[in-house]
Amino acid sequence: MREVAIIGIGMTKFGELWDKSFRELVAEAGIQAILDAGIEGEEIDALYLGGMSTGRFIGQEHVGPLAVEVAGLEDLHLPATRVEAACASGGVAMHQGFLAVASGMYDIVVVGGAEKMTDVVGGEATNILASAADREWESFFGITFPGLYALIAKYHMHKYGTTQEQLAMVAVKNHYNGSMNPKAQFRRKISVEDVLKSPLVADPLHLLDCSPITDGAAVAILAPLDIAKKYTDKIVKIKASALACDTLSYHGRKRFDSLPAAVEAAKRAYKMAGIEPKDVDLAEVHDCFTIAEIIAIEDLGFVEKGKGGKATEEGLTALDGEIPVNTSGGLKAKGHPVGATGVAQINELVMQLRGEAGERQVKDATIGLAHNVGGSGGTAVVHILEAI
Amino acid sequence: MGVARYWREIPARYNLIGKKCGVCGKVYFPPRIVCPKCRRKSIGKMEDYKLSGKGTVESFTVIRVPPPEFEGKSPYVMALIKMDEGCYLTGQIVDCSIDEVHIGMRVEACLRRIQEDGKRGAIYYGYKFRKAEE
Amino acid sequence: MAAIVGYGAYVPRYRIKVEEIARIWGKQAASISSGLYVFEKSVPGIDEDTATISVEAARRAVKHAKINPKEIGAIYVGSESHPYAVKPTATIVAEAIEATPELTAADYEFACKAGTAGMQNCIALVKSNMIKYGMAIGADVAQAAPGDALEYTAAAGGAAFIIGKEGIAEINDTVSFTTDTPDFWRREGEPYPGHGERFTGEPAYFKHVMNAAKMLMEKLGTKPSDYDYAVFHQPNGKFPMRVAKKLGFEKKQIEDGLLCPIIGNTYSGSSMLGLAAVLDVAKAGSRIIVVSYGSGAGSDAFDITVTDKIEEYERQGIRKMLENKEYVDYATYMKLRREFE
Repeated sequence: MREVAIIGIGMTKFGELWDKSFRELVAEAGIQAILDAGIEGEEIDALYLGGMSTGRFIGQEHVGPLAVEVAGLEDLHLPATRVEAACASGGVAMHQGFLAVASGMYDIVVVGGAEKMTDVVGGEATNILASAADREWESFFGITFPGLYALIAKYHMHKYGTTQEQLAMVAVKNHYNGSMNPKAQFRRKISVEDVLKSPLVADPLHLLDCSPITDGAAVAILAPLDIAKKYTDKIVKIKASALACDTLSYHGRKRFDSLPAAVEAAKRAYKMAGIEPKDVDLAEVHDCFTIAEIIAIEDLGFVEKGKGGKATEEGLTALDGEIPVNTSGGLKAKGHPVGATGVAQINELVMQLRGEAGERQVKDATIGLAHNVGGSGGTAVVHILEAI
Repeated sequence: MGVARYWREIPARYNLIGKKCGVCGKVYFPPRIVCPKCRRKSIGKMEDYKLSGKGTVESFTVIRVPPPEFEGKSPYVMALIKMDEGCYLTGQIVDCSIDEVHIGMRVEACLRRIQEDGKRGAIYYGYKFRKAEE
Repeated sequence: MAAIVGYGAYVPRYRIKVEEIARIWGKQAASISSGLYVFEKSVPGIDEDTATISVEAARRAVKHAKINPKEIGAIYVGSESHPYAVKPTATIVAEAIEATPELTAADYEFACKAGTAGMQNCIALVKSNMIKYGMAIGADVAQAAPGDALEYTAAAGGAAFIIGKEGIAEINDTVSFTTDTPDFWRREGEPYPGHGERFTGEPAYFKHVMNAAKMLMEKLGTKPSDYDYAVFHQPNGKFPMRVAKKLGFEKKQIEDGLLCPIIGNTYSGSSMLGLAAVLDVAKAGSRIIVVSYGSGAGSDAFDITVTDKIEEYERQGIRKMLENKEYVDYATYMKLRREFE
């Protein structure tokens, strides 16, 4: 297996982008990445595009070829693949791209993720997102996505004493970070009181405990490490790419206070990278809901199981903390265009590892970790990147 | 939803008929095609098994922003329930006040309307849970 | 011979008081309550309907009767509020009690006597040896136009009876008195019924109930004092008391079967729930007369003798079940009845 590097990144602004279509979002992020990598386009050997439900959000399937077409590269007749794993579509697309390059089959591979969520009304979007859960045995009976994570939150609070305030602190921290990210959907800072005063969506989760509905696209361009310096001096190597799955339904799991797929993916990633949790300098984790971040830092081994709330309260994961988490603003403040998220996380890590993160730069960031989850934990994908 | 998709699940949704592995005896609900413990050995050996309908609340939430099919019916309680047979499922808790619901509460299954396909479509019935009469 | 093998009853736990309804419409609750002899009525949960109520009643009947549901050869559900105009409630019940697929099933409509009509059919099928057990259910989530007089009484509930050759109560005979009398009706596609107001009394309820009762007693050579219990259809609390008096029955004979004052008129469930309440307390050897009434119009009368099998039978205890209740206000009542959809 060859070693793989990232030579270019690109990302649209995330938000309710009324005047940008799905195609325009993909083109914008793709072109940014191509320019960042300093390639022409003809060098591209393959494309992987993550998108959770283009069929239901915009009535369009078959978007792999579409992505190639919007970039004007249809005459290359590229191998183009659309990847789906609910909210982990982007991360899984990364994994596919990594495999493509590592195997030696393709050299320059474009990995993208995109979602256009505002072309349908809110209720319909909620319904579409619910298809990441078990349709027949969860959604059918009336549970929503916030509802599933609320079950997880209530369980965690009951078992470990995690508090509403600790959940809120995740949102507060991520909004603070997001205020320094020009591409974030929300740039305003919020307080714990703001979170607790916001209306309840599914007890105990309030509106501000939940990531928003967002449009956006993000792209990363991969190349074999040994030719990466042809394209960039600031090489970021993919030290690990690990994917794991679990039962689709939350009720089918072996543990309710953790996402076993994430634990497993992390284990595999640490092994592949030859590092331990304490070696990680910063992480982008999947905070679709505040509780998800608390559980993520436990599952990733940054803190002991059950101590995630306390750790957040004590500032472990703050920008100036021991292990800054979600310096981009996370899904909460940056936004969560479902299929794009996994690749957006990579974008943030690459910027940080290159030293290009501006106000939110983590000092001496060398090793970064991205944690992208699908549904309530049916899929989890962990990437570990290293600045070379 | 097409009616076939709903009709197929009727035995499970009306009568909590799951599967019992003929090899290890473990009970699964919702019904499974293969026993995850016995895997290949269980192929063709999964038998229909009717749950008692009784269980205990493991976790719960109150849905206040419902999906479109449940608009007008919120707030309602959704729970992760451990059935007496050892398997878990997700269901709504009805016929008691929200404040009464707690982790550890004993519940039993009953048949209720779950959804309908608009004014002209089919009505989908299935299990919900209420306080157990024990 | 035909007998009741088992019975089950279910009334949703929500209640609305007559005074709450009167409050909204600016009427005088006290005189309405005393005029109707009804104080509160049952209201279905937002996710309950005639099918779910029928299933509850049927499951209890099967459980208490201790029979194998696969031996039920016929299921009839009588209601004026079937969830579908076309697609039987009876098959939903059949599936939910695991009686399928070897049985016949159909839905009945005859206003409030649809359930007892189903009972008569089961009796015939059992007596003719066509089936081993038959189940007849009377259940409703009765509709009433907001502001109409019927709003104070239109309630929700149902009862299921399993008929077989032998059981806890023998059905000695049944007769019916039927005419075309348009006292109360609901047009196809209309959400609420219409009625002839005072016409629903003498020419309708009283004429048919009294004639059916007299027909039965004449045929069997019995008189009111021969019966320990009398159950009459209960559109309100007053009519059954008045018809009892006119026929020569005493108040104490109808008391145990009179549920209307506390749950309202459960329409197709009404006389059957009354019978179930009586079977909850009757001793072996007791004789019961049941006379249902359905607008349109007709009455089914039954002469029943409780056998000593009742002593080993685990009775449901309907009055105890009715104590588990929760009051709602008018707006909640309208929401639960899905009036806002």
